[in-house]
Amino acid sequence: MNITVRVWRQKNADDKGRMVTYGVENVSEHMSFLEMLDVLNEQLTLAGDDPIAFDHDCREGICGMCGVVINGIAHGPEVTTTCQLHMRSFEDGAVIDVEPWRAGAFPVVKDLVVDRSAFDRIIQAGGYISAPTGSAPDAHAVPVPKDDADHAFDAATCIGCGACVAACPNGSAMLFTSAKITHLGLLPQGQPERESRVIGMVEQHDHEGFGSCTNIGECTSACPKGIPLDTIAQLNRDLLGALAHGKA
Amino acid sequence: MTTNVSEQFHAVGEDIHDTKAPAGPIERRWDERKFSTKLVNPANRRKLSVIVVGTGLAGASAAATLGEAGYHVKSFCYQDSPRRAHSIAAQGGINAAKNYRNDGDSIYRLFYDTVKGGDFRARESNVYRLAQVSVNIIDQCVAQGVPFAREYGGLLDNRSFGGVQVSRTFYARGQTGQQLLIGAYQALERQIAAGTVEMNTRHEMLELIMIDGKARGIIVRDMVSGEIETHTADAVVLATGGYGNVFFLSTNAMGCNVTATWRAHRKGAFFANPCYTQIHPTCIPVSGDYQSKLTLMSESLRNDGRIWVPKKAGDDRAPSDIPEDERDYYLERIYPAFGNLVPRDIASRAAKYQCDAGKGVGPGGLGVYLDFADAIARLGRHEVEAKYGNLFDMYAQITGENPYEQPMRIYPAVHYTMGGLWVDYDLQSNLEGLFVAGEANFSEHGANRLGASALMQGLADGYFVLPYTIANYLADGPYEKIDDSHPEVVAARTAVEERIEKFLSINGTRTVDSFHKELGQIMWDYCGMERTEEGLIKAISMIRDLKADFWSNVKVTGVNEELNQTLERAGRVADFFELGELMCIDALNRRESCGGHFRAESQTEDGEALRHDDEFAYVSAWEFGEEQPTLRKEPLEYEYVEMKSRSYK
Repeated sequence: MNITVRVWRQKNADDKGRMVTYGVENVSEHMSFLEMLDVLNEQLTLAGDDPIAFDHDCREGICGMCGVVINGIAHGPEVTTTCQLHMRSFEDGAVIDVEPWRAGAFPVVKDLVVDRSAFDRIIQAGGYISAPTGSAPDAHAVPVPKDDADHAFDAATCIGCGACVAACPNGSAMLFTSAKITHLGLLPQGQPERESRVIGMVEQHDHEGFGSCTNIGECTSACPKGIPLDTIAQLNRDLLGALAHGKA
Repeated sequence: MTTNVSEQFHAVGEDIHDTKAPAGPIERRWDERKFSTKLVNPANRRKLSVIVVGTGLAGASAAATLGEAGYHVKSFCYQDSPRRAHSIAAQGGINAAKNYRNDGDSIYRLFYDTVKGGDFRARESNVYRLAQVSVNIIDQCVAQGVPFAREYGGLLDNRSFGGVQVSRTFYARGQTGQQLLIGAYQALERQIAAGTVEMNTRHEMLELIMIDGKARGIIVRDMVSGEIETHTADAVVLATGGYGNVFFLSTNAMGCNVTATWRAHRKGAFFANPCYTQIHPTCIPVSGDYQSKLTLMSESLRNDGRIWVPKKAGDDRAPSDIPEDERDYYLERIYPAFGNLVPRDIASRAAKYQCDAGKGVGPGGLGVYLDFADAIARLGRHEVEAKYGNLFDMYAQITGENPYEQPMRIYPAVHYTMGGLWVDYDLQSNLEGLFVAGEANFSEHGANRLGASALMQGLADGYFVLPYTIANYLADGPYEKIDDSHPEVVAARTAVEERIEKFLSINGTRTVDSFHKELGQIMWDYCGMERTEEGLIKAISMIRDLKADFWSNVKVTGVNEELNQTLERAGRVADFFELGELMCIDALNRRESCGGHFRAESQTEDGEALRHDDEFAYVSAWEFGEEQPTLRKEPLEYEYVEMKSRSYK
């Protein structure tokens, strides 16, 4: 198949940026979306042009490094990561718009590459259990009900890709933040820091310039790992509890 | 003793006899070592600095633990966040000798299985320690909130993995690596917040700084601005993963590379057993020449799937049109005792033989069927879905085929590299102050790694071994402060800058990837699942020619002072050429078949791997030389586990 891509090109953080149109011929339907970009980049390189910069690493949907907006949808038309999207999801002759995540808290570094370090700083603000190496009791000392462990796991599958932020009209990172709050808050080991965690992480979230959550739900529908919206309800409950205890 | 044909490519140096492991009963050795290590007064730790390169399981756990202890840690990764490191992609699980199932497991049994599984090419002392600390790892991870699978009673679930007869594998669905890495990442972020760890993301190490015989720092490139930076410290830890991407196609992440360890090798660190590569049998086959990576599917699929090819070469009928009596279930036929569950190396090689004989299926004839029709008939689709649903979905997502209706196609792919920088019992390389952890070192897996052991080793090194041994080294510090104007620093920086300038100035006609793919094909053809003397000699010459062409004809666009992904890849591929050559030389020297290394000249009458313990029971530690490398042998002795050959018939 032959396709046309219109790609966001931006030299660096200071550049204004623009959409540039490229044709890609002989695209196989079995190619992943990123392999299609690889092929385009080989063409550009041989022509002496600057290839398109995009983030990617594992290419198996787990590292969370890749992610672009395709035809206005974070990670494109299938609910998966960009690296797991294949060209069979597009028709011959398609015109495909490719843009970086759009959010104030994720400034563009170059082309499709954005700076998501705000996510690391949200984790630094409390997204952990303080368990210094060597201090742990036997793993069976505290049984965890299977339901809690399973739900904690579901929330813990977040890959930190940022699609939730890109999809949210408010540019909120509440799904990312609530996934961690839920994961750790459901486990007995996470209880001592439960209130300070939610206060710290939400404060950092706001400080980074992410928008507020207004329960739209675009985040969860774009999430390649299916992090459920009710994690945000969990976050709100924890936050109210912590505030009521005067932990702010 | 006859000279080895490999000696036209290398010199032979003195043997290595001291690995610094304490003597005495094996179960006491780690305690002895810990007791003999020097301690550092907590008040002095802040003044001691450690560089940790890489943030996978080994790197993140080491950086977090050293930060907790109060040392000043500088951590580096090439990704945009430490959470991206490729440990995250490990699916299966992590072994620990907890014996929670009361099924006869013990530290000694895990030790025994690992030494035997490594085909008697790992050190007993190191492996025993690994089995000992395995139990602490699970405790540590649970305390951090790693959501391992649990039973209804709330206790941890275990499963048997990789043909082992005890259930000692802890897991978190098919995402164990992800959950363990996120645990280590969170511990690391906690230390970053506490100010003990200084994190440098999107920074790539390009050179090691050696001063007065000690590793004292690294030169890195800021991948966003292109700035070349100098970082110095009292010790350097490399936890930079494996080198499977020398094959271009592998299950590694796209960015995985050998540059950090190779640069250290060029500065004098021994590179051990580079030819030991693990090739995993159940990966999704290549679909075209645009293919950028291969995806692994858990080998648990072999528990219920039946592997077959058409009996007739070149049979291009759809699998459903091939009647039962025209199919060859070759593993069940050749290995009736183990059938489809033979170890990874045997299953991989058997698939290769079928495809070499023209019986392969799918694009390019590089695939064999993994058929669930019988399992679905026996168990029902529902149960197959419950067991393997996520793997089937993944397969369908990538191939566009429905594995419930037609057999999967699988083919082996490079998955893990057992070789790496040589380290002693303290995980210190032969260079003072340079420590190496996780897949980047060569140590505990011998010639073959068992399933669910990589995660165990990465975390053992980072949480429980390095923090002790590196403290012992730091106790003699702080070492003399290094200025950016020190001649060795200037020389290292200049070398990095000149190399980058060289890449940008060649302006040839071929892309970096085209060279990388060609190198990968040479490695796969001649240094892959089966190696021969003739093929390896040919490969060495092909690699040398290709390398020369690369340095005169590669095209790297753009400039250094920007985010330049082509420039990043050029540097990595340049190092892969040199590593690839050494892998072939190592494979040529090792005229035996063991673990992940199969030499066609060394097989039994019925085609099985034949080890030569009398000649090759040693670690091959290679010393860099501009003209040619030098082989240093570290003899391996087995006091506890009797050397036996593996048999699966």
